[in-house]
Amino acid sequence: MTYVEAPLRAFAAITAFWGVVGFLVGVVIALQLAYPLLNLDLEWTTFGRLRPLHTSAVIFAFGGNALLGTSLFIVQRTCRARLFGGDDAGWFLFWGYQFVIVMAALGYVLGITQGKEYAEPEWYVDLWLTFVWVVYLIVFGGTILRRSEPHIYVANWFYLAFIITIAMLHIGNNVSIPVSFGSSHSYSAPAGVQGAMIQWWYGHNAVGFFLTAGFLGMMYYFIPKQANRPVYSYRLSIVHFWTLIFLYIWAGPHHLHYTALPDWAQVLGMVFSVVLWMPSWGGMINGLMTLSGAWDKLRTNPALRFSVTAVGFYGMSTFEGPVMSIRAVNGLSHYTDWTIGHVHSGAMGWVGFITFGALYYLFPVLWRKKAIWSEKLIAWHFWLATLGIVFYITAMWVSGIMQGLMWRAYDELGFLQYSFVETVEAMHPYYVIRALGGVLYLSGALIMAFNLWKTVTSSEAAEPEAAPASAIAVAAE
Amino acid sequence: MPTKIEKDTVSGQDTTGHEWDGLKELNTPLPKWWLYTFYATIVWALVWVVVYPSVPFWRGTSGWIAREAIVGEVEAANARNAPMMARLREATPAQIAADPELRSFALAGGRVAFANTCAGCHGAGGQGAQGGYPTLADDDWIWGGSLEAIQQTIRHGIRNTEDDEARTSIMPRFGADGMLTAAQIGDVAEYVLSMSGRATDQAAAGRGATIFAEQCVACHGDRGEGNRDVGAPRLSDQVWLYGNTKAQIMAMINNPRMGVMPAWQGRLDPAVINMLTVYVHSLGGGE
Repeated sequence: MTYVEAPLRAFAAITAFWGVVGFLVGVVIALQLAYPLLNLDLEWTTFGRLRPLHTSAVIFAFGGNALLGTSLFIVQRTCRARLFGGDDAGWFLFWGYQFVIVMAALGYVLGITQGKEYAEPEWYVDLWLTFVWVVYLIVFGGTILRRSEPHIYVANWFYLAFIITIAMLHIGNNVSIPVSFGSSHSYSAPAGVQGAMIQWWYGHNAVGFFLTAGFLGMMYYFIPKQANRPVYSYRLSIVHFWTLIFLYIWAGPHHLHYTALPDWAQVLGMVFSVVLWMPSWGGMINGLMTLSGAWDKLRTNPALRFSVTAVGFYGMSTFEGPVMSIRAVNGLSHYTDWTIGHVHSGAMGWVGFITFGALYYLFPVLWRKKAIWSEKLIAWHFWLATLGIVFYITAMWVSGIMQGLMWRAYDELGFLQYSFVETVEAMHPYYVIRALGGVLYLSGALIMAFNLWKTVTSSEAAEPEAAPASAIAVAAE
Repeated sequence: MPTKIEKDTVSGQDTTGHEWDGLKELNTPLPKWWLYTFYATIVWALVWVVVYPSVPFWRGTSGWIAREAIVGEVEAANARNAPMMARLREATPAQIAADPELRSFALAGGRVAFANTCAGCHGAGGQGAQGGYPTLADDDWIWGGSLEAIQQTIRHGIRNTEDDEARTSIMPRFGADGMLTAAQIGDVAEYVLSMSGRATDQAAAGRGATIFAEQCVACHGDRGEGNRDVGAPRLSDQVWLYGNTKAQIMAMINNPRMGVMPAWQGRLDPAVINMLTVYVHSLGGGE
């Protein structure tokens, strides 16, 4: 038996590519906020159109390809089974998913959007993605069903939860009717506050199941692999898995505090968000404590440094999230840059870093190389990116909290202290610092792309891998 | 893979006996602090869902309703300011400006109202903007800088179609309608420049003076001093609405642009209009 690997090489490479694209667009729109002149007065390059391009490029192109690629890699190895559907299925998923990304991106730039955050693509892209995703579920589930291991590894629980829930969310939030026959635009089936509720049921669980559960699956494979240690606690993995997926799905209404959404739904969303704190931290504990006995490897293995720092950022944002979901805190934080900073400590720190760690592990394995071309460049990438995140999130904390406080400041006579434009003016320096943080993060990613490229082209070849004897026996059954 | 439980030498914990691609798991019990914190959040959650509305038709024992809480806050704030607002509504701007208590309230409220309503065109602090948005912080007034004149302008606006009492006037399109030739317009522009000592062609300015005397003095005055009754700007100073170059002045004579301002009466509380009047008057150039 051999594992399907060619499409996985494509997934790994395109992950790095979309990462650079997504970070670049992020830097551009960060600069647009600091210097509005950079909107260029062209409809295609305005912030409103480039912003979804940035979020989708990072979440769905960079993050999505990372999830697809690593899940198909991990499911085969931890099940000791060849991918269900073989190379053809892998290639279909690869090209099918890239088509989704390109169609969505073209739509954004041309102004075709259904205006739902993180679900901007119109109905024709949604339909195609649904098809690709169902194939993904069949391929992943089919591989699990034909496994040679008696038990299903924890990483696969998280990936499976991610695949199933995203299918449900995607379909639920995209029920719509095209404006007319052949029109690229559509009307959303639910309207008003019901539409908002479904949007944030989707939106928050895109965070919960795409950016959390999926990447926890990644964490559960690459951290024990890189640390060469057993997972800290099997029991914790069971409890935090089930509590996490049970609680997350209720948390969406915390995005709609102080809106027309009924009070009971707002309170319920907030309560579930707070209870979610410990289940989220279960993953952090399992990630960090797996290193006990191997902490010294952080000094010698810069790729592991990425994976472990990712877990640190994960712990930080999953504490910040429940805090921000509390109604009174949300009254200050909502609609401010604090939210942007929160999302980016999760996206850059957790999603980005765990993916970088995985890519540095995967490239030598998939291309049969002894090691990454330059460990020194990994270290450079690590420090540039970490510094970039620190600039980014501290700038957003300061500007976000300042913005929230300025909005609600009253003078002694009961009049608002500041006009909106004064708050914008006050945030300008932080916008510049944020853009600088983005530039550092992007520079790190460019170094990574170069390093990975050199690994493929110039690194020393590894010894041929001996096929596990039992795998051959199973294949012969 | 057969189940084989091993003891991990680092932690002293047993493994679960499973192995996947070389990965094993320890059977470590749940960390106590983690478990008890988790229980604590659940207990807190149970209390919260009893005290507050948390499922359909359950109002919570506290009786708290978000809408009522906010409406209450707004009403309390309005009630606090109501006596002052009533006095501001009754008083004339001159009376407000003369009463220290009313004046300080009007300046504070006027600043906020200005930032929300006026700053979009006139800039924060009334510094104005290029392209016909007059500065309100200087003493160069187009329609008058007294309290009464400012109040009139805010109430009724300028050259809008919504208010019959809006201030209005029209400057002829001297070039576009063929009243003057391009050369004559150049001469007039040169003369206008000479009023602020910036003419470069004295002969042209001299020719322009004759045309100016025929065509322009009715509104802009003999020496370009302007006329507030018809909103004709002073031409003999260094303050320009649409630019101070000869080309920009010629463009204005050829096909003039004239500012429009909405009427705020009916949109804003009369007390707010009075506060704005006093505030704008205080910016630096009030008369």
